[in-house]
Amino acid sequence: MSHDPSDPALRTEALEALLTERGVVEAPAIDRLIAYYEEQVGPMNGARVVARAWSDPAYRARLLTDGRSAIAELGFEGPQSEHLVVVENAPGVHNVVVCTLCSCYPWPVLGLPPSWYKDPAYRSRIVREPRAVLAEMGLALDEATEIRVWDSSAEVRYLVLPERPAGSEGLAEDALAGLVSRDAMIGVARIPPP
Amino acid sequence: MNGIHDLGGREGFGPVVRSPDDAGYRPFPEPWHGRVAMLASLAIAAGCWNVDRFRHAIERLAPTTYLTAGYYGRWLAALELLVHEVGAQKGRITPLPARRPRSGAPRFAVGDRVRTRNHQPRGHTRLPAYVRARHGTVALVHPDAWVLPDTNASGEGESVQPLYAIRFDASELYGTSAEAATTVHVDLFEDYLEPA
Repeated sequence: MSHDPSDPALRTEALEALLTERGVVEAPAIDRLIAYYEEQVGPMNGARVVARAWSDPAYRARLLTDGRSAIAELGFEGPQSEHLVVVENAPGVHNVVVCTLCSCYPWPVLGLPPSWYKDPAYRSRIVREPRAVLAEMGLALDEATEIRVWDSSAEVRYLVLPERPAGSEGLAEDALAGLVSRDAMIGVARIPPP
Repeated sequence: MNGIHDLGGREGFGPVVRSPDDAGYRPFPEPWHGRVAMLASLAIAAGCWNVDRFRHAIERLAPTTYLTAGYYGRWLAALELLVHEVGAQKGRITPLPARRPRSGAPRFAVGDRVRTRNHQPRGHTRLPAYVRARHGTVALVHPDAWVLPDTNASGEGESVQPLYAIRFDASELYGTSAEAATTVHVDLFEDYLEPA
């Protein structure tokens, strides 16, 4: 650690010391929460939701009607999910999620967002030239495919339900979950055949 | 506030760059990132200030700081700003959910044409500039009712009201330079909208 007082790590220490002294935070609670966000939540939760939706049409219907209740069936809940809208990709329709004003993201199912999701380039451009941005990120969509961008500007959170890939028909739910990527659930990738 | 944070539709930021940390799930590449994230969450949970005021503190950072401090650097600077302005006092306000029971019917229904107001408060708002004073269509009426960030951020009340996903055709936003077959949906509070 540097000894430059402008070092953010030192500033963070000073802030934590002040908030601890005032009884706002306690170090063990911070440690527990960091471990929770590093280990207990993340894209593997969303992958289980998607795999269940692909396997169980009744669950898929519930997920599309009330995402928050449907993910709670699998034990996923917490901050950043007061209402969850699940948008479904289909042939000719592709959905992609952004937060142009800050970094809103469905924490219980995807964990915390990747750095590119929070950076100005993605936030500024995905609402302006989504087809170009998706192509740059490796997802080339034909001109006939409608792109629906969802800007999470309030407390509603969005999750993309990707298309189930061809060749996955015989796979069990656990194996299906292993195919599902974070980027596909944000909408910047498709899921390739297994 | 017409701040640097309101990035939708701006140009000049170059390609989307994936960091090596994005290859897997690594939410806190530096140890202080995780501590700042949790200080921010816990200060809100302890009632030091609400999330809207925290977001507005980020927006009020100098534009150069906003663009160069990095994500958790912005959070850290915003927390320092709030501690300086209001102190570090738990229980100063009561933490409450944004989602509330709805009283009365929403003004708009799915399919209604609406126009966003030319709403440019000096304080916080969640009406992005790129959809201001534009025509759109109600795509979703979200359930229940929601605290209005504009007034909640400044302590001027919760102004609980319906919330909608409004669909805008890209051509309405960007004219002839819009990409074909593209729509943008933005979650907007009823106060931001008027009938088209």
